[in-house]
Amino acid sequence: MQVKSYFSHPTFFFQTWLSRAIGLSMCASVKYSARGPALIPRMKTKHRIYYIALFSVVLLGLIATGMFQFWPHSIESTADWSVERRSVHDSPLVHLPASSPIPERGDLSCRMHTCFDVYRCGYNPKNRIKVYIYPLRRYVDELGAPISSTGLSREYNELLSAISDSEFYTDDVSRACLFIPSIDVLNQNSLRIRETAQALAQLHRWDRGMNHLLFNMLPGGPPDYNTALDVPRDRALLAGGGFSTWTYRQGYDVSIPVYSPLSAEVELPKKQPGPRPYFVLSSQTAVHMEYRAELEALKAENGEAILILDKCTNLSEGVSPARKRCYKGQVYDYPQTLQESTFCVVLRGARLGQAVLSDVLQAGCVPVIIADSYILPFSEVLDWKRASVVIPEDKLSEMYSILKSIPQRQVEEMQRQAHWFWEAYFSSMKAIALATLQIINDRIYPYAARSYEQWNDPSVVKWSSVNSPLFLPLIPPRSPGFTAVVLTYDRVESLFRVITEISKVPSLSKLLVVWNNQNKSPPEESLWPKITVPLKVVRTTENKLSNRFFPYDEIETEAVLAIDDDIIMLTSDELQFGYEVWREFPDRLVGYPGRLHLWDHEMSKWKYESEWTNEVSMVLTGAAFYHKYFNYLYTYKMPGDIKNWVDAHMNCEDIAMNFLVANITGKAPIKVTPRKKFKCPECTAIDGLSLDQTHMVERSECINKFASVFGMMPLKVVEHRADPVLYKDDFPEKLKSFPNIGSL
Amino acid sequence: MQAKKRYLLVSLGACLLLLVYLGGLQIGEFHQHRHHPRHLLKNPSGQYPQRQHWPQWINPLSTYLDSEEKDEDGSQLQLRHASPRERREIRANIYKNRKCRMDTCFDFSLCQRSGFKVYIYPLQKGEKISESYQKILTTIEESRLYTSDPSQACMFVLSIDTLDRDQLSVQYVHSVKVKIQSLPQWNNGRNHLIFNLYSGTWPDYTEDLGFDIGQAILAKASIGMDNFRPNFDVSIPLFSKDHPQKEGEKGYLTFNNVPPSRKYLLVFKGKRYLTGIGSETRNSLYHVHNGEDIILLTTCKHGKDWEKHKDTRCDKDNDEYAKFDFAQLLHNSSFCLVPRGRRLGSFRFLEALQAACIPVLLSNGWELPFSETIDWSKAAVIGDERLLLQIPSITRSVDYDKILALRQQTQFLWDAYFSSVEKIVLTTLEIIQDRIYSHISRNKLMWNSLPGGLYILPQFSTNSAEFPFYYSVLGKSPSQEFTAVIQVVTPLMSQSQPIVKLLLAVAKSKYCAQIIVLWNCDKPLPLKNKWPSTLVPITVIEGESKTMSSRFFPHDIIQTDAVLSLDEDTVLSTNEVDFSFIVWHSFPDRIVGYPARSHYWDNSKGRWGYTSKWTNEYSMVLTGASFYHRYYHYLYTHYLPTSLHNMVDHMANCEDILMNFLVSAVTKLPPIKVTQKKQYKETMMQQGSKTSRWADPDHFAQRQTCMNSFSSWFGFMPLLHSQMRLDPVLFKDQVSILRKKYRDIERL
Repeated sequence: MQVKSYFSHPTFFFQTWLSRAIGLSMCASVKYSARGPALIPRMKTKHRIYYIALFSVVLLGLIATGMFQFWPHSIESTADWSVERRSVHDSPLVHLPASSPIPERGDLSCRMHTCFDVYRCGYNPKNRIKVYIYPLRRYVDELGAPISSTGLSREYNELLSAISDSEFYTDDVSRACLFIPSIDVLNQNSLRIRETAQALAQLHRWDRGMNHLLFNMLPGGPPDYNTALDVPRDRALLAGGGFSTWTYRQGYDVSIPVYSPLSAEVELPKKQPGPRPYFVLSSQTAVHMEYRAELEALKAENGEAILILDKCTNLSEGVSPARKRCYKGQVYDYPQTLQESTFCVVLRGARLGQAVLSDVLQAGCVPVIIADSYILPFSEVLDWKRASVVIPEDKLSEMYSILKSIPQRQVEEMQRQAHWFWEAYFSSMKAIALATLQIINDRIYPYAARSYEQWNDPSVVKWSSVNSPLFLPLIPPRSPGFTAVVLTYDRVESLFRVITEISKVPSLSKLLVVWNNQNKSPPEESLWPKITVPLKVVRTTENKLSNRFFPYDEIETEAVLAIDDDIIMLTSDELQFGYEVWREFPDRLVGYPGRLHLWDHEMSKWKYESEWTNEVSMVLTGAAFYHKYFNYLYTYKMPGDIKNWVDAHMNCEDIAMNFLVANITGKAPIKVTPRKKFKCPECTAIDGLSLDQTHMVERSECINKFASVFGMMPLKVVEHRADPVLYKDDFPEKLKSFPNIGSL
Repeated sequence: MQAKKRYLLVSLGACLLLLVYLGGLQIGEFHQHRHHPRHLLKNPSGQYPQRQHWPQWINPLSTYLDSEEKDEDGSQLQLRHASPRERREIRANIYKNRKCRMDTCFDFSLCQRSGFKVYIYPLQKGEKISESYQKILTTIEESRLYTSDPSQACMFVLSIDTLDRDQLSVQYVHSVKVKIQSLPQWNNGRNHLIFNLYSGTWPDYTEDLGFDIGQAILAKASIGMDNFRPNFDVSIPLFSKDHPQKEGEKGYLTFNNVPPSRKYLLVFKGKRYLTGIGSETRNSLYHVHNGEDIILLTTCKHGKDWEKHKDTRCDKDNDEYAKFDFAQLLHNSSFCLVPRGRRLGSFRFLEALQAACIPVLLSNGWELPFSETIDWSKAAVIGDERLLLQIPSITRSVDYDKILALRQQTQFLWDAYFSSVEKIVLTTLEIIQDRIYSHISRNKLMWNSLPGGLYILPQFSTNSAEFPFYYSVLGKSPSQEFTAVIQVVTPLMSQSQPIVKLLLAVAKSKYCAQIIVLWNCDKPLPLKNKWPSTLVPITVIEGESKTMSSRFFPHDIIQTDAVLSLDEDTVLSTNEVDFSFIVWHSFPDRIVGYPARSHYWDNSKGRWGYTSKWTNEYSMVLTGASFYHRYYHYLYTHYLPTSLHNMVDHMANCEDILMNFLVSAVTKLPPIKVTQKKQYKETMMQQGSKTSRWADPDHFAQRQTCMNSFSSWFGFMPLLHSQMRLDPVLFKDQVSILRKKYRDIERL
């Protein structure tokens, strides 16, 4: 009974509850004051616990729902994405009244800074634009006739669904920076120009076409074939196939390929670059007779190396004419035959952009583009000089000699590059769509744009190429000197000797002792050797080998000398000379003891070698100069788990450093001065051989471990070491800059 | 009982409250999303849809490319529209002046006669030329592209100063229009190149030059995208009248410090305009200035009557402006703001570039200098004036690696294309040349990486893999063989001559692909059987000119990446050849060889000195026994001017010094000396046959003279010193000789 009455007065209940809640929270804040707030009757502890529990549950619930509601949309998990299956015919019909407005014609002076509203894109940490796709509509005019004869084409559908699956996509129109109408204008021939324009103008975010992107591959129509879509589109961006230099708004429009549906149908076998049976092939069927005559003339002059195909006249039923080409009754399979030729002609037709370009690239045939004023696909980012030959139309007759002058090595490069362009940017509507969006994205966030190399280098090259971060040829001045970093644990006596020795080196500017022993304090200041340069002691919090390579703020010079606390045998001349060599090679490790990695054929794995070898691929960092930059790389950019692995195993930090530097610079280290008996890790073993052997096994393991993390063997082997110019020359020692080299 | 009821009630109440709350949120959500597009879609199930994606259509869709398209040029259609030839003619007539492109406004046939040659009209009497324009003309006259014969010319350059077209300027040249119309080859500007730095005047500074340039190519500073005719005009940087003619100052970066961030993040110091164009951006800079790491200073104090227009901020700005020294800011900042001034480009751009201060460009619509070839995203941050307030966060978001890369690129670009008027002008000309011979041109990689486009001659190859500079970026390495080129000046008399020993030793190297003997001797060629028989082919080439420079002629037969250049009296063992080749393989862009020499600055005489004495350092490795990339043959022959070639040929000396100058100028690195068995110099002296040029007392003095002439042509001293020599790893080590791979090098 009472329950009912409570329910009938929800407000009352609410008030009571609210006041209790407040009371409770106050109660909590005053830490159970004995009396308790007046509003709450005195309660047993049990009750109190109950109330508190209930209150927290409610509070948690509120917080949780609140979080869900107000959290940014970006965390919506991808698993929620639903793709419906629907019929095109179910999409809503839109009637366009004859009087509905038409956008203005495209503005030729449009640029990103004048016709594009960049504020809609905003600044975001991902530097990625948001793209919205209008839902599909069926547009008809007043009489009910559709505005396009094909409606949504297969290709446009693929394009939109690729965008919708991409990271660019958003379904929230208010967050979008770029809008893509679902009105298919890929092929102008199937469009009713005026009505299509009206349909565009009534899109609810149209706003003069600002930030709208249209995709068109076949622009213009007979007889003049304009080189850009004729549909008035005001400020909308156009991704068009077949732009000429006069219709293309550089830095605004995007030139895209004319997609060839054949590429989805036919899978060509992989073919390595190299010489092919035919030198030049023309495979287009609709070549103007004037060009055909010129091609025939070339063939008459140069014979069999040139093949000119045309469409077949008497094909049997059921054979697609698109898949066959003929020459004098002989039938060739298309596009397979493109793989038989080194160069393939891509002549302009009535339009500048030709779908055959895509077929040619797919076949790894080098396109010879003969279409004056044509803006090549994605020319804003792709370097077509590396994949094609462009010949002016009136030089067609010189084509053969021009092509002959290209050396074979370069032809092979171009073949490889051509196929890569197809794979990455031509092979599907998805590839075309994403490249287009990426280009626009790069313009809006230029500081985060993809680089020339990312766009143009095939994956093989990307994998093997090296862009050294220290690429400028600089010989740093001598004067800043170097900072010696001595890693030590507790060998104080030896450490002091090392310090005394190093302090004699003229270019030493500072000494940094990394005290890696947490259980023992470094000796008192007064006990340290007196030296002329500043000496700093850094105490570490954990005994880790990677402490040696930490980029301490105390290191103020570019050059770092890493040295162990037991390397006392290096002379001042040797160290100074090492520094001079480092100045000539600031991007390399310059060190004293050299080591080598070898491939063990029996075991099929890498082996570490410290014997007297004629080759060097590593220098030990027990005594090595290197750029401070590599400290950053070692500490923050070391791939995989190498850094932790080294710390855990207390070994191989030097091998890791050698891998790191070789991998990023593509260069070998430099070993300086002759070999000496070094007090090296390999020699510290108390009872010689057995320990020594385990050490070698461990080091070999390191190499194999690192090679697998790097995915390859970055170390480079060289057969030289650096000595002073007059080393061992028959010349008075006192006249030599570095006389004391190699002495023991 | 009481307690239980209360529990129940309170629990229920809490649940109810939660429900109400959630319901409220739902309604709120609905309100908020009523205009949301997803609600425009009728959803059959009536359920609230999750993230909307492009649906899968169950209908079969047809392809966009219907069969009709493929026959666009079908035979019937062909009759209807113009033939390609007619179309080209029509196009050439329509696209003129503002719509000029190379196709329509440039006469390529003029460049077929004798290549890309540039002619300068003779200076008319009484015509005054500014200092800057004189530098431009001098550069062209001294370059290998110059011709004094208008009938050989492909491009024409005016002798009328068109640099300053600001009518209020003192250097403004009047009645240019009349003057150019009277030029004999003007032809409405066809194949003419017009340079301009300033155009328009107060208050709107339009880009109008005040005369009709017709079909001439415009090389202009601060050019806007709207006026820029793509692939026709060239955008050049704005340079001051103090900009040096030849090799200017070096970039300020001498070493890569890490972390690369400097004291200031972003700086700017410049004028602020109170009236007229360009005021807006600079006027709002103070919003971003924070006085700590972002220092953007403007002053109103310029011009005659600034006080008349001064606004409320002026005094404060002027005070702040006076507090900082510009050079200090420039050297201590990671980024430098380059906002538009009166015109789109400003002096701040080159200043920042040289100072290794990464330019942050705020000049919407500016066609960046040499944008056709230079990839500015590798060296600058391109901002948007509309987003000025984002600039601090954008610059802060650039990570260390990127800063390091951008900064080094500024230095490379400065040095390669901007440091002197000569470089700016030559870059302009080379860009145009690349367009004319488009299938023999440089790609973007060549323009944007070391050593830069001017040192790359595409006539050698358009394939980057054939140059010594791009092996690592392309993931390639040079070929494992070399061609030995031996210069012979004495007749072959006996089989005991040093050359025979040399031939045999070189031929034994497993890396040797072929040997070429350059017969530069006046005596007739010896019979074929006089040459020793070797496994590798020996080709004898009789030089036509028999000059000194001909030893570096890029013969087609040399196809290996490496060339081993040898004098006939060089003494080398197979071991030495092998070792130095292996070393070269690690340094394919340098000269790697045996005899080393050095240069020094002779203070008393105020000129460069040459020494062959034993020294602790060297800066040249003589080409009597050295490896280098075959591209240097091409560069030596086609890049260097005839004047230097003539000098070398005339003296029959110094060709090796010139080669060292060239390679060091390109690489900015010293050559590499490898160890040798015997003392090269001594062998030379002992060999000292009458023909040996080393015995000649004048020889030494000549070489000194050469050095000074070469450095004046280069405009600087490219040679650099090295203190090290590369030896085999076990060279002279206390270990059994049997362990050593290169034993012969140690045996005396």
